[in-house]
Amino acid sequence: METSAILILAIPLLMFLFLGLAGKYLPHKWAGILGTAGMGVTMILAYTVAFTYFFSGAPEFISATGDRLQHVVFNQEWLNFYDKLTINIGFLLDPISAMMLVVITTISFMVHLYSNGYMRDHHGVWETGFQRFYAFLSLFSFSMLGLVVATNIFQMYIFWELVGASSYLLIGFYYTKPSAVAASKKAFIVTRFADLGFLVGILLLSFNTGFFSFTEMTSVPVEGVADTYQINLGTAEGIKNIFANSAASTFMGASVLTWALVLIFMGGMGKSAMMPLHIWLPDAMEGPTPVSALIHAATMVVAGVFLVARLFPLYVLNEAALDIVTVVGAVTALYAAMVACAQIDIKRVLAFSTISQIAFMMVSLGVTRLGHETALGHEVHEGLGYMASMFHLFTHAMFKALLFLGAGALIHAIGSNDYTAMHGLRKYMPVTHITFLVGCLAIAGIIPFAGFFSKDEILTACFGHSAVWAIWMTLVAGLTAFYMFRLYFLIFWWKEHKTPEGHHAPHDQPWTMTLPLIILAVISCVAGFVPFGKLVTWNGHEIAGSNLANLNWNVAAISLVVAVCGILVAMKMYKKENPLPEKMRNALPNLWDWCHHRFYWDELYQFITHKIIFGCICKPIAWFDRHIIDGTMDAFASITNKASYAIRGLQSGNVHMYVWIYLVGAILLAAISMIVIL
Amino acid sequence: MFSNILIYFVLVLLVMFAGVALSRDIKQIRAVAVTGSVILIAMSVYLLVDFLHLRHAGVDDEMLFYGSWSWFAAGNFHINLTVGVDGVSVAMILLSSIIVFAGSFASWTIEQPKAFFLWLILLSVGVFGFFISLDLFTMFMFYEVALIPMYLLIGVWGSGNKNYSAMKLTLMLMGGSAFLMLGLIGIYYHSAPEGQPLTWNLLEIARNGSISHGWQTFLFPMTFVGFGVLGAMFPFHTWSPDGHASAPTAVSMLHAGVLMKLGGYGCFRVAMYLMPQAAQELAWIFLILTGISVVYGAFSACVQTDLKYINAYSSVSHCGLVLFALLMLNTTAMTGAVMQMLSHGLMTALFFALIGMIYGRTHTRDIRQMGGLMKIMPYLAVCYVIAGMASLGLPGLSGFVAEMTIFVGSFQQGMLDFIHGAGSLRLVFTIIACCSIVITAVYILRVVGKLLFGPVQDKHHLELTDATWWERIATASLIICVAAIGCFPNFFEHLLRDTFSPETFHAIISNF
Repeated sequence: METSAILILAIPLLMFLFLGLAGKYLPHKWAGILGTAGMGVTMILAYTVAFTYFFSGAPEFISATGDRLQHVVFNQEWLNFYDKLTINIGFLLDPISAMMLVVITTISFMVHLYSNGYMRDHHGVWETGFQRFYAFLSLFSFSMLGLVVATNIFQMYIFWELVGASSYLLIGFYYTKPSAVAASKKAFIVTRFADLGFLVGILLLSFNTGFFSFTEMTSVPVEGVADTYQINLGTAEGIKNIFANSAASTFMGASVLTWALVLIFMGGMGKSAMMPLHIWLPDAMEGPTPVSALIHAATMVVAGVFLVARLFPLYVLNEAALDIVTVVGAVTALYAAMVACAQIDIKRVLAFSTISQIAFMMVSLGVTRLGHETALGHEVHEGLGYMASMFHLFTHAMFKALLFLGAGALIHAIGSNDYTAMHGLRKYMPVTHITFLVGCLAIAGIIPFAGFFSKDEILTACFGHSAVWAIWMTLVAGLTAFYMFRLYFLIFWWKEHKTPEGHHAPHDQPWTMTLPLIILAVISCVAGFVPFGKLVTWNGHEIAGSNLANLNWNVAAISLVVAVCGILVAMKMYKKENPLPEKMRNALPNLWDWCHHRFYWDELYQFITHKIIFGCICKPIAWFDRHIIDGTMDAFASITNKASYAIRGLQSGNVHMYVWIYLVGAILLAAISMIVIL
Repeated sequence: MFSNILIYFVLVLLVMFAGVALSRDIKQIRAVAVTGSVILIAMSVYLLVDFLHLRHAGVDDEMLFYGSWSWFAAGNFHINLTVGVDGVSVAMILLSSIIVFAGSFASWTIEQPKAFFLWLILLSVGVFGFFISLDLFTMFMFYEVALIPMYLLIGVWGSGNKNYSAMKLTLMLMGGSAFLMLGLIGIYYHSAPEGQPLTWNLLEIARNGSISHGWQTFLFPMTFVGFGVLGAMFPFHTWSPDGHASAPTAVSMLHAGVLMKLGGYGCFRVAMYLMPQAAQELAWIFLILTGISVVYGAFSACVQTDLKYINAYSSVSHCGLVLFALLMLNTTAMTGAVMQMLSHGLMTALFFALIGMIYGRTHTRDIRQMGGLMKIMPYLAVCYVIAGMASLGLPGLSGFVAEMTIFVGSFQQGMLDFIHGAGSLRLVFTIIACCSIVITAVYILRVVGKLLFGPVQDKHHLELTDATWWERIATASLIICVAAIGCFPNFFEHLLRDTFSPETFHAIISNF
């Protein structure tokens, strides 16, 4: 187990170093094969580890009462600040990290495979920097794996920064393109700003609890089994102290714990593109499409959800923090869904749909409370929202990666991101068509595709908590179905495809690209039947029964009806070329404009950064430095200079004057001494 | 005397000085410089290993390799050559020798090599002498030895408005040392209780503890500001942008990499160590000033267009963080301060080396006139990105370790102050300093985006070549060190722990 754990982290890291340093001496083909093979081995190892964790029943993984445990596979001291706060680099195995291992390695392997086909043009000529691309993909995989298996919050922060950097490098992969450079810079700086909150949150939390380690903050040790912990409500001494002194340690009306959790959540908002820190994600689509599939759809952007889930035993103690999570999630979900309805670039639609779906996961975590709740007459399992959120994370990773890779195939075939250039492609690219349709059905939440089950459980959890958010999220689910099918119909239907003169007709892509699509489509069909309630729950205590048996049919019926309505409306508007969309747009011009321009968030940020930060802070400071501070120093110099000029007349070299001065001085001295003596 | 390894650091440099003076052509000069700097590195590694070995064996003297020899005496006035090192000095010696090594390669094709290397070696004599000295008099002497060559090195080999810059830098630093000298003489006259012989020896002065409270409040600001000028403390930092902009590559590297560390080191070793009470009481003034430095430098760097100005302001920000962390008077933060000195020394030397190499090719340092260098000189561009990543604190490189250690320590101290009712100044300024991680990202990525990425701006740049082998050695050696600190920081924690532990540094860290 320990060897596998080390290898899971070591193989991608070594692959990065090898391809990064020696890549340019390798033939393109071999770099691709090597990168893919490395990831394949990592995937197999991750699967073995995850399967051992879930199904072996060993005492370090499952307790006598059937609860799943947290097991620290290894934990190496990395930096020792002082006795109480030590940063370790380790490997924590628990339900969510095991699940994430599977998700990350699967998607990463698919993307590695797919890129062998995508990163070359129609004549088989490789992209420049192909080896570099694989090196960065390996770096990303390493960082992401390190993030999910983190044993302490500082390790998470370290890898959190590393995924940010690898995301920066991959978004800016086409570095000669100014838009890609700008997008990568924006992504890094926005997430960095969020990380500032994360950092202060970590400092606050660790100071008050005395620990960085997750196991000490959220679990209790299991007796008799080394390095194994049972997940529990916040258990560290320090957390109890925060509550004991909650009256004393408040700041601006909120307790220290609330502040810490909200600040940490701010980090999650940045990475997971929650409003108002979402602006980087749509621009991040400037990167190569496989990168968007891996980083900006399936793995890195859910890190924020993972963070909240990881600290969930703390969040659940603090209603205020969870309420903030819910509100941010819900507002973002609606906003992103509305914007997605009015985008023209296929990848931007998918980007906003990602934001919206991640917001679903956030809401799902936010509405989770411990205690008995009922939703439309049925009892809700305790902690259902948490399970639903992780379930949705899993299914969403699969179908969103599928959609992005499908979009990549389309873009590769057409040579443009703009779907007005696509239309009617269903006959030309049948494999892409079918798999894309599966992805759309899954995200829309049509039974029996994966998204149905996870979304239904999220909505059930919402109904259990508050009817307002439940209805809100159901509407968003309807919008989701609408904009996804709008996209689908506009690409594959609308009107007959016309190939421009002198171009080949578009066709399906090589097997390296279609195989991942097919595999992911199959997973999207069946993933809904994975018994998540048995595997991943907030405290390891299983929810009995299969997904189908646990369905709350009242909720399911509502969500299905809403989704089907969304699809039907999209079909009516976009299946055949007709003037209806145009009329709609003209009827609601303001709404269209605001949605199309993403509610002008980018312009607002542009104003703040350029006009206020650059114009009103940086430039005045630079001016102040040059003119006031430096001016003072120069003034000293010039005063000294002028003073020396003024008195240098005394040193004239004129002997007459020297004699006069000498005489006058001597007489004065004599006079003074006579006065003193007398 | 010659059984003490520390003496040999200065002796090797003096031999190098003679060697360069006797060399007939540039090849011999290079050979002497490279051999000498390799010997220095070997010696500092040996010193490091030996130091850790002794500490491991339980030798808990405050200073190891201690030695003191009379230099001259007149009546009661004794001047000794006193040497000794603790973890901080060992770290600084290691840093200096690496930068001397990289600097020699970076000035491979300098004009008038003989004179240049002579002055450079003299400067290094001052640096190494300063770090090994434990005697205020010799310390100050070496300090001046390190400063004077700067004037000639910038004035003769510099570029741009070099006379003005050289004059400004020298005068401002000399102004600082005037303060410093007054402070040191003041310390000397209070170095021993009434009736006992006065001493320049740092350890004895600390042991005597006879500087009265009133004198401390007077002498502490003198010495702190005196050294602080060299540490680029706001508002005495303006020599840095102009000076660096005009200095030749290797001089910028040594100056930003090592000389600015003399400031931080002196603040800690002299001002804070000898006058702990005043350090406690007056810390707030300098906390505000250095806190301002941190964000002020970063904001200024955001709008500069000259690569060297950007880096000089970035140094103001990073060096501000060093003094800021020292003033936290907290084990963790002070350890972080030393880490930051190491980290900043290495990465800023790397930056200046790269800027020099780019300038040598494009003949401009204006980022508006360059672009897309990644395509033209990939090796240098990749190195620049790595240096930038180190500067903005990417984990795995040295900047992250240093900054995080500082932030954790400062935050801890800030919270303790806050809880114990000692005000929220430290807490507030820690959070302000934390903001610098965002601003740093802004100006680093701005430069990287404009300079390295995007389309090629100037068609003539397409003909330029990538790094030569000696440039590769200079940059690679620095990058390896930056990555080594970033990946294995615990090693340095072991080195530095004893210095800042409450037991050995009880005079300062006594309150908590």
